[in-house]
Amino acid sequence: MAAEGSALLIAVVVAFPLYWMVLSAFKPAGEIESGEPRPWTLAPSLESFRRVFEQREFGRYFLNSLVVAGSVVIASALIAFLAATAVTRFRFRFRTTLLIMFLVAQMVPVEALTIPLFFLMRDFGQLNTLGALILPHIAFSLPFAIWMLRGFVKAVPEALEEAAYLDGASRSRFLWQILFPLVLPGLVATSVFSFISAWNDFLFAKSFIISDTSQSTLPMALLVFYKPEEPDWGGVMAASTVMTIPVLIFFVLVQRRLVSGLGGAVKD
Amino acid sequence: MAAQETAEPAVAGRAGAQVTRKPPARARQRGDRTPWLYLAPALVVLGGLLVYPIYQLGLISLFRYTQAQVSGGEPTTFRGLGNYAELFGDPEFWQVLLATVVFAAACVVSTLAVGCALAVLLTRVRALPRLALMLAALGAWATPAITGSTVWLFLFDPDFGPVNRVLGLGDHSWTYGRYSAFFLVLLEVVWCSFPFVMVTVYAGIRAVPEEVLEAAALDGASQWRIWRSVLAPMLRPILVVVTIQSVIWDFKVFTQIYVMTNGGGIAGQNLVLNVYAYQKAFASSEYSLGSAIGVVMLLILLVITLVYLRLLRRRGEEL
Repeated sequence: MAAEGSALLIAVVVAFPLYWMVLSAFKPAGEIESGEPRPWTLAPSLESFRRVFEQREFGRYFLNSLVVAGSVVIASALIAFLAATAVTRFRFRFRTTLLIMFLVAQMVPVEALTIPLFFLMRDFGQLNTLGALILPHIAFSLPFAIWMLRGFVKAVPEALEEAAYLDGASRSRFLWQILFPLVLPGLVATSVFSFISAWNDFLFAKSFIISDTSQSTLPMALLVFYKPEEPDWGGVMAASTVMTIPVLIFFVLVQRRLVSGLGGAVKD
Repeated sequence: MAAQETAEPAVAGRAGAQVTRKPPARARQRGDRTPWLYLAPALVVLGGLLVYPIYQLGLISLFRYTQAQVSGGEPTTFRGLGNYAELFGDPEFWQVLLATVVFAAACVVSTLAVGCALAVLLTRVRALPRLALMLAALGAWATPAITGSTVWLFLFDPDFGPVNRVLGLGDHSWTYGRYSAFFLVLLEVVWCSFPFVMVTVYAGIRAVPEEVLEAAALDGASQWRIWRSVLAPMLRPILVVVTIQSVIWDFKVFTQIYVMTNGGGIAGQNLVLNVYAYQKAFASSEYSLGSAIGVVMLLILLVITLVYLRLLRRRGEEL
């Protein structure tokens, strides 16, 4: 059938850049620079990966990236959970105003805030620390996370809450032992977005980590191999592969939750 | 689970909005501080790292603030709207603004077209091709912007890339010309952002009752007609969300342009506002000009947001 065939063909086209990335990472240097690019390799080699890991501090960068993305995911999930609970399960003055503010906050071009954040981080002595990368990303992923979690918190029936209180549960007990596990799928979907924004961060790492490079992250390590005039393609592709794999694993793990989570978020 | 309910607002949205909701149980206690307690961490973080920087951005844009002021060599002087006058008097700014709008619009339209078309395609194929396309799309989605940029550059590399070889273009350089460089970045942006649209719209279509689509098909409606007259109206809430998200993302593209055109292209031919602001601020130490560009971006996105809010409001949706 035509539809089946085109779906498969498109899948191949969409996957091709990733295939080319991994393939080139395993090609020996001679093959990459032969000017005769072949979609396979006869002599797979770990040469490029070795070069990447021999690069001083590459492991350190990798760890830094994990720390940054991990902290952002955990902190924004917890903070967003509390805030989403507040705006969905309580009625109070300024509730609608706050919701509109969260919506507007999503639109703020964070890149435009690089300059004031640079001075803020400098004044608080956070330049050249991972904190300068973690803190802003928590703030930037919060509005979207709150907005997205709203649907999940709303979906938990109120009768359940009444029942919990009747059974003598305290408010914080209900919050953490009943509500939290129930909205966990939503938190997982949300965390995909905060993980990606933190893991991808290039601008802040470039602007805030200026002298102490041991505090840098993977995108910066990649640039060691990518010099526009004379790129070391093998090294770039190997570093790219190493950088992409954690995200791929994360995506595969949360794939089903992500799809249902998007449905839930968009519902509102 | 939630995917099944996705189309509900489209079908029942208007009627549902009229029903007054019973306030949540806890709300009855007036003067209850609990919601503010729950909101406190979020408000502190957002206030300190979003609202305050926005205020600072506006402030810096009104002063003369260059390397001399940062190092304390010269006092900061108030310039009022002087920076804006300087910016608006610079033809390069208008050129960059125009390029940003056109480039973002092209990215949004292409992303939505590809994403929606593939979402429809997904509903019409068997499990295996569907899984293949879904996995490939998730892979593209998961790829960090910076690695996506280097991989696409490599694919189109004049000397070692496979694309020129297959197309027989010799050593044609894609990043040399203004339009071909923008086009290359557009391809990368669409590649990594269509999956979000595809997956979301697909979840939406799945929630549309089978009978509706079958009835349309029985009436002899073409695929395009079904999309335009049946699916698109029902999926409107979803389409609004993915459109707005795409506008925001594509208007702010930084990494792809920065990496793929090496900081804005030859003689700045591929600059967009974000990269322009960065170059002004951090390469030329013109912090106040960079901030003024940031304010302009902020205002443009604010206008888009207000239009979006009005759309939501007009549909009578409860926040």
